Amino acid sequence: MQKPVSQSNGALPPPVAVRELTKVYRDVAAVNGITFTLASGAITALLGGNGAGKTTTISMLMGLVVPTSGEARVFGADMARERHKVLHRMNFESPYVDVPMRLTVRQNLEVFARLYGVLDRTARIARIAEEFRLTEMLDRPYGKLSAGQKTRVSLAKALLNEPELLILDEPTASLDPDTADWVRSKLEVYCRGHAATVVLASHNMAEVERLADRVIMLEAGRIIADETPDELINRFGRANLEEVFLAIARRGAEGAEGSP
Amino acid sequence: MRQSAASGRRSPPVRDQATVGASLARIYGLVLRYWYVIRSSWPRAAELVYWPLVQMLMWGFLQSYLAQTSSFAAKAAGLFIGAVLLWDILVRSQLGFAVAFLEEIWSRNLGHLMMSPLRPFELVAALVAVSLIKLLVAMIPVATLAYVFFDFNVLSLGFAFAAFFANLVIMSWSLGLVSTGVVLRWGLGAESFAWLIVFIFLPICCVYYPVATLPYWLQPIALALPPTYVFEGLRAIVLEGAVVGHLMVKAFALNVLYFAAGFAVFAYFLQSARINGTLVQMGE
Repeated sequence: MQKPVSQSNGALPPPVAVRELTKVYRDVAAVNGITFTLASGAITALLGGNGAGKTTTISMLMGLVVPTSGEARVFGADMARERHKVLHRMNFESPYVDVPMRLTVRQNLEVFARLYGVLDRTARIARIAEEFRLTEMLDRPYGKLSAGQKTRVSLAKALLNEPELLILDEPTASLDPDTADWVRSKLEVYCRGHAATVVLASHNMAEVERLADRVIMLEAGRIIADETPDELINRFGRANLEEVFLAIARRGAEGAEGSP
Repeated sequence: MRQSAASGRRSPPVRDQATVGASLARIYGLVLRYWYVIRSSWPRAAELVYWPLVQMLMWGFLQSYLAQTSSFAAKAAGLFIGAVLLWDILVRSQLGFAVAFLEEIWSRNLGHLMMSPLRPFELVAALVAVSLIKLLVAMIPVATLAYVFFDFNVLSLGFAFAAFFANLVIMSWSLGLVSTGVVLRWGLGAESFAWLIVFIFLPICCVYYPVATLPYWLQPIALALPPTYVFEGLRAIVLEGAVVGHLMVKAFALNVLYFAAGFAVFAYFLQSARINGTLVQMGE
């Protein structure tokens, strides 16, 4: 195995350490000086309305976008410059990124297993296919699967390398309630069983309440709340996270309307 | 299962990523992905052969007709058909490279690839390998039919053919690098660039006529392009039976420069896409 990137004092660095992270597109700050650290094994939800900066933050965590200033470190590696040291320890899932449609499920898993250097590929694919109820459809083209089946394939792909850091972008979007619940259960089992650190971007507040240990709420590229779901609900005096989200979003909208 | 000493967590069941073997395994994995695509669709495989076949037949019949009416054409048997086969090596190899990359954008898979441990040079290596595979799928049947229909055996060019082939495919990869770099930076809006870039070389590289035919001011530009030496070399062999080693050395030297420049352009646009955020918007 590659040596883990370690800090100067010899301690293992946190899975995610973000410091003064800023991304400016032309004159617009999509992310504006955010700082946070994620503890190993924690599930953290990134919340915010459209344009709050969630996708840009996630993209910088994956090294797909280079920050304008500040840094995003994953397992100690600066993702702008040395992402290849740690990419094999991460994975991600998003309904907005597909795997090749013409390839069968088995072929897709085979290709990604090779890209991630998964050992004992055949056994791993068989095991994860069984876990995600994909065994019967391994030889069907991905493009011919239903939305729920595709999500299961994407999750199987995301867990092929047993990532220590899992980045999930709306993992249950467009799924029926039953399938969405099944997916959440699978994620819970994986994360607790593997002590995986998870960054979850979602608009589904019930999902966040169920899965997340911590909520980081973004607005206009800044962190406006960073606490546990219960603390957030209590602080706003609301019944659930959905109401908290709406209260913050409407407050922001009123502020914007009232501004000159 | 291995344990991470500090955290007590299981280490991921993946191989050491920093070795040459791991790098080759990733390249092979991506080549496999493109091979599965070719294999999954016979129309795609047929399409690889279709245009080179049409071109070869058209120029072959034209040459047969001219040979009956012109002493030059009769003497230069194989000139047009040889030129069209070599031209198609350049075109098919460049398109094979660029289209394999475009597949990732069309299938919205680029994010997965860029997020995987695959490195940029490994992506390029896989595209190079795929372009070769597609080229062989296309050109072996067409070259065979050229022999059957027109009695033109491309292998009769001997060692020169290997040099022609190598110089043309290296140039095609340089063009592929530039075109995929442009698509990386500007997205599918620049897709047509990937399809068309190679065709500017058709008139300038003097595929069917000598460099001396070009206007005086255009000749230095033609001579700065490696394929020009290949087509000059073909004419020298067919018309004069001349040795073309010096032409191939010049072409190769230029190719080294072009490939280095192509990779630099690709790397620059990739980094530019990461700065501008276009990498995560691909396909949208």
